[in-house]
Amino acid sequence: MDFSLNDMQAMLGESIDRFIANEYDFETRQAHAASERGFSPAVWQTFAELGWTVVPFAEADGGFDGTAVDLMVVMERLGRGLVVEPYLPNLVLAGGVLKRTATDAQRARWLQPLIGGERHAALAFAEPHARYGIGDIRTVARADGDGWRISGDKTYVLNARNAHDIVVPARVGDPSGDVGLFVVERAATGLEILDYPTVDGLQAADLRLRDVAVGADARLGAGDDALSVLETVVDEAILAVCAEAVGILQVLVDKTVDYSKNRVQFGVPIGSFQALQHRMVDMLTGLEQTRSLLWWATMTYAEGGDDAKRAVSAVKYQVGTTGRRIAEEAVQLHGGMGVTWELDVAHYFKRLIAIGRVFGDADWHLDKLAG
Amino acid sequence: MHVSFSPRDEAFRDEVRAFFASEFPSELRQKIDRGIPLERDDYIGYQKLLHARGWFAADWPVEYGGTGWTPVQKYIYASEMAAAEAPDVVAFGVKMVGPVIYTFGSDEQKKRFLPDILESNVWWCQGYSEPGAGSDLASLKTRADLDGDAYVLNGTKTWTTLAQYADWIFVLARTNTDVARRQEGISFLLVDMQTPGITVRPIITLDGEHEVNEVHFEDVRVPVGNLVGEEGKGWTYGKVLLQHERTNLAGVGRSKARLRKLRNRCTEPVHGGQPLASDRNFMRRLAATEVELKALEFTELRTLAAVAAGKAPGPESSILKIKGTEVSQAIDALTMDAAGYYALPFVPGQYVDGFDESQFIGDGKEALTSLHYFNNRKASIYGGSNEIQKNIVAKHVLGL
Ligand SMILES: Cc1cc2nc3c(=O)[nH]c(=O)nc-3n(C[C@H](O)[C@H](O)[C@H](O)COP(=O)(O)OP(=O)(O)OC[C@H]3O[C@@H](n4cnc5c(N)ncnc54)[C@H](O)[C@@H]3O)c2cc1C
Repeated sequence: MDFSLNDMQAMLGESIDRFIANEYDFETRQAHAASERGFSPAVWQTFAELGWTVVPFAEADGGFDGTAVDLMVVMERLGRGLVVEPYLPNLVLAGGVLKRTATDAQRARWLQPLIGGERHAALAFAEPHARYGIGDIRTVARADGDGWRISGDKTYVLNARNAHDIVVPARVGDPSGDVGLFVVERAATGLEILDYPTVDGLQAADLRLRDVAVGADARLGAGDDALSVLETVVDEAILAVCAEAVGILQVLVDKTVDYSKNRVQFGVPIGSFQALQHRMVDMLTGLEQTRSLLWWATMTYAEGGDDAKRAVSAVKYQVGTTGRRIAEEAVQLHGGMGVTWELDVAHYFKRLIAIGRVFGDADWHLDKLAG
Repeated sequence: MHVSFSPRDEAFRDEVRAFFASEFPSELRQKIDRGIPLERDDYIGYQKLLHARGWFAADWPVEYGGTGWTPVQKYIYASEMAAAEAPDVVAFGVKMVGPVIYTFGSDEQKKRFLPDILESNVWWCQGYSEPGAGSDLASLKTRADLDGDAYVLNGTKTWTTLAQYADWIFVLARTNTDVARRQEGISFLLVDMQTPGITVRPIITLDGEHEVNEVHFEDVRVPVGNLVGEEGKGWTYGKVLLQHERTNLAGVGRSKARLRKLRNRCTEPVHGGQPLASDRNFMRRLAATEVELKALEFTELRTLAAVAAGKAPGPESSILKIKGTEVSQAIDALTMDAAGYYALPFVPGQYVDGFDESQFIGDGKEALTSLHYFNNRKASIYGGSNEIQKNIVAKHVLGL
């Protein structure tokens, strides 16, 4: 048994920590989130130059051959910095599908520039009626000459606002057909992108596809089991956001403890009240329990263990319940300050709440665990 | 033991219900239904309507223009108002400073201030908390130094709700620092917001709203005639006010209305998909919250019965604020969870008059559910945080 990071992982983690400490304080983060595109293209370029964007990709694609553990290291650090740059939607979601399904020509067109930081992408994993069901797809792609015509609705498409390429899952032929994966470029006629900022400072969009025409070469991995690819990618994304959540929870626990040592009421630091000490001990306990589940799930997944799916649902459930409680407590113990826009704590809280529901909330994953 | 109201009370309930059903302005109804935030004039118009019916100052004695209602009638009125999803009145004037003025103010102050409160001509805000004095309010530092015919006010108040709308502010300030107990040197002052030396700075809350402010006083001259009661007794008056704040603080009526709505929605298909009722875990959480709320409703009724029988409210009243906010926050979370991904768009701009509905994200008010959840974290923080409430129960109820 060994729960330590290897040298490469430690170096990767430290370099991200350093970047955040030196170049990504909370005010900078807020400025990026409020900027025209909702993130900083310059920071994204830096990510590419420092080699962080290649982590989840194979050497053959110019990648780092990273495992789920490497991705965990990255995402936890990005969580601590409350980073808004679209690592998850570009690399874990859209990149996750492309790396598993794209032909050489498709790789050259969509994956390489994505990894290089020149193009942005998104994966339309949610439909309005489906709640959190990944395979509950009503969008249909009908054959039309050589290519396809795609119609349907998608919601909460992260990064669609900036994406050049959007991976759209659709039923092939008719609503009862198999799932297929198609790349729709943003200029396609019939594609309407209703974009919006989200409560956690990110960018997402609802998509309306009305007879959107794409070529034959827009289909990814024809012949593969596209639904199972999609589910695998989403499982990886769940682990990624749970790692991000652990980074966030760590910050919330640290900041709350710190605040309680400095905030004086009744002539003493509020951290001297036992009632609050026990609450912070509960927060810490919850954080460590969440981290434990994250490690178990990530290692189980990386090793291809039988209970990988259960492990993924377990940690997601934990983030949705215990994580939410910890974040609410962090706000509560900050008093009025905790509910202000000005204080970073409120924004960590909001991101944690959003993570609690993306790819399924606690109820959803508890249901999977209950069998 | 029985729980039914008397025939007279039932007749009263029907009267209140009919009033809200027929008289509540349809423009306000529409705004509320579409999630459009109410503004200053909306509140004022609504309060004037209640006043015209003689119901605005529900808790005031008749001699000052109140209703003279029994505790049961007040309860029924508040419940019906909540059930009709009519907004609460703005508390600072009619529920906070008004009672302090008619209880402790001079005749001249009563004549000068009460009619404008009754008619909603003047908007009040509450200047208690300071950056360094929240839970420990008695540590407040704002000073009021006597200089001829005026107190000179210096200091900073914070979290002042809707000060941007306010014409007047009631302030707790220190008039004497040479006292045995910190509480003794505090006085209760009425201050015109137009007085030179007052600046109001917005504080934006985590949902992006401008609801609270910092109010800064620099050499603000307050005529001595605006001191309520005796100098140095402000703390006692302020506490009386807190008791008024305590009526109907469990918010049972509002919580009931919200849970009822949520349950009704559960059988409808969501965005053309499965109804929420198919999510058993969600339904169990909903049911558990309904049980908590039912318990709270009866805890409140027990308090009401004691008060109606002329007894002092028992220990159960102390737990109303704690449980009431816990339940309302649980409902916020359920409502947000019900909205799934549609809770996440941050689109306050679509909840304004004349918004192009073809560009609407989600159904109805889904995108507001998370903002309400975030905003209402305040409920367990303000008005005496839940931790402070527990300290009070421990000390005064359990004798610890
Ligand atoms: C949205 C909003 C609106 C408000 N409106 C007004 C207004 O209009 N006018 C006004 O005067 N004030 C207003 N307030 C202020 C409110 O009353 C204070 O926020 C509240 O009293 C808590 O004070 P604080 O924020 O300084 O927190 P602190 O007192 O610093 O408390 C921080 C944390 O420590 C806990 N704590 C403190 N002391 C103890 C203890 N002895 N034992 C255990 N735990 C303890 C608290 O419960 C809290 O969790 C408002 C606040 C908010 C958030």
